Amino acid sequence: MTPVALVLWCIAALVAISVLAVTISRSPGATPIIYGASLSASAAVFVVVLLQLVTPAASGLLPALVLPVGLPWLGAHFRLDALAAFFLVVINLGGAAASLYGLGYGRHETAPQRLLPFFPVFLAGMNLVVLAADAFTFLLSWEFMSLASWGLVMTHHRERDNRKAAYIYLVMASFGTFALLLAFGLLAGTSGSYDFATMRTAGHAPAVSALVLILMLIGAGSKAGLVPLHVWLPLAHPAAPSHVSALMSGVMTKVAVYGFIRVVFDLLGEPAWWSGMIVLLLGGVTAVVGILHALMEQDLKRLLAYSTIENIGVIFVSLGLALAFEANAMNLAAALALAAALFHVLNHSFFKSLLFFGAGAVLTATGERDMDKLGGLIHRMPLTSFAFLVGSVAISALPPFNGFVSEWLAFQAILQSPDLPQWGLKIMVPAVGGLLALSAALAAACFVKAFGVTFLGRPRTLAAQLAKEVDRFSLSAMFVLAALCLLAGILPGIAIDALAPVTLTLVGGRMPVQTSAPWLSIVPIAEGRSSYNGLLVLLFTAFAASLAAYMVHRLASRALRRAPAWDCGFPDLSPQTQYTSASFAQPIRRVFGTLLFQAKETVEMPAPGDPKPARFTLELRDLIWGGLYEPIAGAVWFAAERLNHLQFLTIRRYLSLVFLALVFLLLVLAIWS
Amino acid sequence: MVVIFDLLAQGMQMAMVLLLAPLLTGLVRKIKARLLRRQGPSVIQPYRDLLRLLRKEVVLAENASWLFRVTPYLIFAVTWVAVSLIPTFATGLMFSWTADLIVIVALLGSARFFLALAGMDIGTSFGGIGSSREAMIATLAEPAMLLTIFTLALVAGSTQLSTIADVMISSHVGLRVSLGMALIALIMVAIAENARIPVDNPATHLELTMVHEAMVLEYSGRHLAMIELAAFLKLLLYISLIACIFVPWQLAVLGTGATAHILGMIAYLAKLAVGGVFLALFETATAKMRVFRVPEFLGAALMLGMLATLLLFVSRSL
Repeated sequence: MTPVALVLWCIAALVAISVLAVTISRSPGATPIIYGASLSASAAVFVVVLLQLVTPAASGLLPALVLPVGLPWLGAHFRLDALAAFFLVVINLGGAAASLYGLGYGRHETAPQRLLPFFPVFLAGMNLVVLAADAFTFLLSWEFMSLASWGLVMTHHRERDNRKAAYIYLVMASFGTFALLLAFGLLAGTSGSYDFATMRTAGHAPAVSALVLILMLIGAGSKAGLVPLHVWLPLAHPAAPSHVSALMSGVMTKVAVYGFIRVVFDLLGEPAWWSGMIVLLLGGVTAVVGILHALMEQDLKRLLAYSTIENIGVIFVSLGLALAFEANAMNLAAALALAAALFHVLNHSFFKSLLFFGAGAVLTATGERDMDKLGGLIHRMPLTSFAFLVGSVAISALPPFNGFVSEWLAFQAILQSPDLPQWGLKIMVPAVGGLLALSAALAAACFVKAFGVTFLGRPRTLAAQLAKEVDRFSLSAMFVLAALCLLAGILPGIAIDALAPVTLTLVGGRMPVQTSAPWLSIVPIAEGRSSYNGLLVLLFTAFAASLAAYMVHRLASRALRRAPAWDCGFPDLSPQTQYTSASFAQPIRRVFGTLLFQAKETVEMPAPGDPKPARFTLELRDLIWGGLYEPIAGAVWFAAERLNHLQFLTIRRYLSLVFLALVFLLLVLAIWS
Repeated sequence: MVVIFDLLAQGMQMAMVLLLAPLLTGLVRKIKARLLRRQGPSVIQPYRDLLRLLRKEVVLAENASWLFRVTPYLIFAVTWVAVSLIPTFATGLMFSWTADLIVIVALLGSARFFLALAGMDIGTSFGGIGSSREAMIATLAEPAMLLTIFTLALVAGSTQLSTIADVMISSHVGLRVSLGMALIALIMVAIAENARIPVDNPATHLELTMVHEAMVLEYSGRHLAMIELAAFLKLLLYISLIACIFVPWQLAVLGTGATAHILGMIAYLAKLAVGGVFLALFETATAKMRVFRVPEFLGAALMLGMLATLLLFVSRSL
């Protein structure tokens, strides 16, 4: 049996699990059965595709598997090439981790019958999108994935906010699919062949390519969360149960990235240089806007969702660079940029899933998502906080964890770009480099805030005070991902080498073989230019720290006394006096927020002796929501109101309308030809 | 034989920076005091302070977590590793390929990350104010630093510090506008990163304007000693970095004999002393800024870094 068939069988198994879930979800034993089965199915796909990815035979073009379902003249094409195999690894690793987490977390679910049937089918949908090798199957699976995740967002449908989030998600998802539909229509052209293999070989006119690129940016970009199409993401992702949030943020956005890469890099052929410029600009803006929103947020899960937007921006910056290099036939640099993007895809799926699991654990233990009602959890939930700390360090792009490696590769790719001949790119690339550096620094600030306010300090509420460590399944899922974050950070060469077949097929180049570099360093271009060795950095740091600690404890004092906090002698009794997330972000809000959020702070301080309470009001406005979406929604309402009159006409008027329309269309046809 | 020599050079460098760092800070303090017509403590006072702190017991706040106790060693280790990777008196350090300039900045970023977390661990408002302001300063200083690195990397064709120094030693670089801008940006970042006047005052206490000192307010004994030593090392790191890139004279190149190394060492000590004198002069001549003027100061550094990079991108084809 070929690997494609094996994976398809596993997907069929996932659908079957879903059907099973419909029948048994109300019984108490359903949760472990469903998650256990999903875990095994995902793990099976993971093993199959990992073998496929690391065997050298995977680099060649494999024939597609055609199943006689779908459109009668087309059938359903499925193909497992290197790109698909890589994304299947991301999806199924995330899926397996989420299932493992669900084994524990799912026990606290109040409405399992609304969650369990959708979960396996969501996994199946994402797998199918990546396997699909014709436009019809791709779109069908895409919608499958969107609707299944919509069902999951609606799990807690009695909360008003969740219903609103799901509604906006549905609207944006349909809009995105509509754009994808048009893009594939253009790609198929007049011949109407929806098979990817035919699309790849057919040449496309420059105007068509440009239109397809823009439609893909809208279609895939809205699913991934590119600014300004991101508005649904911070609403919908946190509304779902935490392991589903992890899947949506860590994995589903990557499926969107896959869709973009598949069409723009694979099907569209040679890109134009300005396409790189558009993608770069969008990526850079997305990164900074996303992370600034995250910094202003005090809901832990929404903060994580906004940070997903930032990471998508980072990925798209690297993709834009890859496009720019490819357009100028700089294959080596293009391979470096694409590898940076793909490696960040993998890394982000690790740490974002980990962080959402952590947020879910906090939610289970305290019932709170609002950071300003938490605090001090490091004492009550030591293991969860350790895992969350690893995720925070990794996502802040700090060595020796994995987030740093992909950012470092992106910076190295930027440094290859002065050789680009076009002036637009010459000016755009350093500007976007600055945005990337800014977003990395802001991300570190954001996760100092997230970890510091939630886990450090003193508990701000009773719920935080009484928190208890979560179950073993949740913890093991978090620790597996934390270990992967470290492993990918200290041994990135293995992952980069595994990406070589992908970059070879897409941009016709590859990075130097990394595993043969001395001491497992990574070398993007040549050793004299730049190299990085996470393993040695970790070893040196660990050695220096233990040496220092040992010497100090051995030779100097080791006495320790516990006492009340000093705090400059202030008797600071109430935990309410601690810095909250809003106060932590205040300096940054004053620097960046006045422009982007039009932040307005007003302080009402009553005169001495006046018993009125002092008040501090903070107003933040989302310019994109107010400036783009509200007018559109207003226009739609206005048009709907007006068109409503058409429903109450007499039959004569309807007939004359039909007649007028007919005449008009005939006229158009006459003038057209 | 060569490996042993290299290993020795690396080990010597690590020991040397550790020994020199407190002396540099002592020197800066002494000169500052003399400029203010005070006698000032002896230049070896920082060593005495460190020893005294190391011998004292630690008074730990009641709700301090393990993170609070691990952080001082971690910060010290990370800073020490970062400074050991900078060519001080000789290029071609044995492990210089482990980490390039971007990694060195990221290592310092990790130190700051953990220090900011430690500031929030006790749950006092002073710790919070320090962490939040440090985060704000870092969000501007780090990109400025990275853009400066871009400039250097584009001139030298490498982000590897040893290679950059080698290129800078060779005379064909010449004077360049972008390098001048990069130097100014780097100095501004260095001032902010080391919590010096006008961004922060290293000698302040019990003030609402303090940043770095507010974060470490709850530390005492050996923990405080490690943090202080890390701060000394960081000052040495930035002066060495500026020296090795912009005044690489007498830097011993890999493979040259012992005389070159001794010359390099003497030159390095001289460079450190000059750097310290300049810092003291600058600090005495300027006043501390309000906290919300700092973004303007660092914004200027960011712009300079940006312009320098842009200039190189644009001039590549001319």
